[in-house]
Amino acid sequence: MLEFFSDHTLRTVFLGTAGIGAVSGAVGCFAYLRRQSLIGDVVAHSSLLGIMVFFLTSYLVTGKGSKSLVVLIPGALLAGVASLLLTRWILSHTRLKPDSALGVMLAIFFGSGILLLRWTQRATPNIPGKRGLEDYLFGMAAAMTRSDLWMIGILGVLSIAVMLLMWKEFKLFTFDPVFAQSTGLKTTWIDTWMLLIMVVGIVIGIQSVGVVLMIALLVTPASSARQWTGHLGTMVLLAAIFGGICGGAGSILSASFSNVPTGPVIVLVATALFAVSLTLAPKRGLIARLIKRRKLERSAEVAAGGER
Amino acid sequence: MPDSPAAITIKGLTVAYDSVPVLWNVDLAIEQGVMMGVVGPNGAGKSTLLKAVLGVVPKLAGDVEVLGKRFNANRQQIGYVPQRTSVDWDFPTTVLDLVKMGTYGRLGWFRRPGAKEKSDSLAALDRFEMRDFAQRQIGELSGGQQQRAFLARAYVQNAPIYFLDEPFAAVDATTEKAIIRLLKDLRDEGKTIVVVHHDLTTITDYFDAITLVNKKIIASGPIATAFTSQLLDQTYGGPIKNCGIECGFQRAPMQLSHPTCSNVSQSPTAPGEVDDA
Repeated sequence: MLEFFSDHTLRTVFLGTAGIGAVSGAVGCFAYLRRQSLIGDVVAHSSLLGIMVFFLTSYLVTGKGSKSLVVLIPGALLAGVASLLLTRWILSHTRLKPDSALGVMLAIFFGSGILLLRWTQRATPNIPGKRGLEDYLFGMAAAMTRSDLWMIGILGVLSIAVMLLMWKEFKLFTFDPVFAQSTGLKTTWIDTWMLLIMVVGIVIGIQSVGVVLMIALLVTPASSARQWTGHLGTMVLLAAIFGGICGGAGSILSASFSNVPTGPVIVLVATALFAVSLTLAPKRGLIARLIKRRKLERSAEVAAGGER
Repeated sequence: MPDSPAAITIKGLTVAYDSVPVLWNVDLAIEQGVMMGVVGPNGAGKSTLLKAVLGVVPKLAGDVEVLGKRFNANRQQIGYVPQRTSVDWDFPTTVLDLVKMGTYGRLGWFRRPGAKEKSDSLAALDRFEMRDFAQRQIGELSGGQQQRAFLARAYVQNAPIYFLDEPFAAVDATTEKAIIRLLKDLRDEGKTIVVVHHDLTTITDYFDAITLVNKKIIASGPIATAFTSQLLDQTYGGPIKNCGIECGFQRAPMQLSHPTCSNVSQSPTAPGEVDDA
């Protein structure tokens, strides 16, 4: 374990995954409270198409496909935003329900992404740099470089800054969008910024967690945090801590077993934390509620006995 | 107040959801200082009328003036109480924080509520007898307490005009009485209060004026002229017999889930306890 922290690469990976977890945990609280998990999942899956398009573009331009996050994250961002805009367009121009529209969008973008991925892997002549592309499905944190870490850090700090700056607006809009609009706040701006930082919170995790499981790192820490507190501020802070723990611990664990994708390990750690929160949390936890229910039953029995 | 402008003036307002018009070419003026009920069948556009004035749903056509000025210049002059069921009460926040949200509009972008906003909010909670619940989770409130918290939030908006969307839906009789007393106090202080309301039997007790809506304005004015059985028939499209100002049920404390007054006419002295929808 000691050698882990002295190792330069592993330290980069640890910092990166912990940071990703903290940012997506914090940002995920708003997705959780607005019931937008499905939107998040569509963004995550859709980003694969952007990754592939930007990888192939970098191959066409330089002769070697780039797997640097500095190149791939802008692609993932564009694809994520495009899928949301297309969904919005479909909803305003057809009678499709939101969940169906999102489902269709996920299928189109992820399907095309997978198609491009397979084609790239089998293309002749060989496309340089294609090795390891499949890791974007389930994540391979060990691939993280210093420049990747910078990219994640800058985007993460920016999203958190936007969230803190617009805290009051985010809070009101999440709780009561109609009232927010009635007070004259430009709610389309609030909505756009919230979606944007959610997309950023998702795409910074494409390399370490992978597009398939990234949604879990967005929503699970938020769900766990909600169990422990009834204050939005505390919830966001707790979710950030939980997410950081999941990301960091998950990457260490997956590094200790060779060739295990990082995403599933991180998600398993998040699930364990969620299970603990679900059972042990005061007030909302299963055990606390069970005890409360037993007490009620007992006093009901006493009351009934007293009647007789 | 002959010289003062109307609280709200609506001209040629049309609102549609998709391609279905909900309100069609509505003209309406609401005088200052009245307590007005907005009444009509389900889907008649009552809530939509309030939301369109507030700019929450887009207008297909029409103009709104608030206290004689264009809506955009005076939008902070209207406090709003949405339907209680329109939000998720499991949201992680306290009653005090909920009430503070009423100050956000006046604070504008980025500025956080401070000591002044806190004391205003506590005073509002006092007024609606909710001070003891300030630090409570909003999820722990009863229906009536939720409604009071919403009213307190509108109260800190400190506006001369209030819009309330069905404030009595699914609250108990005691709360309803307390709320109407507080609203009448506000009216007596000179505020204009517009309430979307369902229960025809309490109209004459609660309001000075009424607007009958069914896609368009059927009638609007003082109870004596607008709350007539003929106009009600027109609003509800038929069989509302013996309801309105003529039939003398001003004191009937019944609360019906559907605005059919024929039941009332069979037992005008019916005891007041009826469960609500």
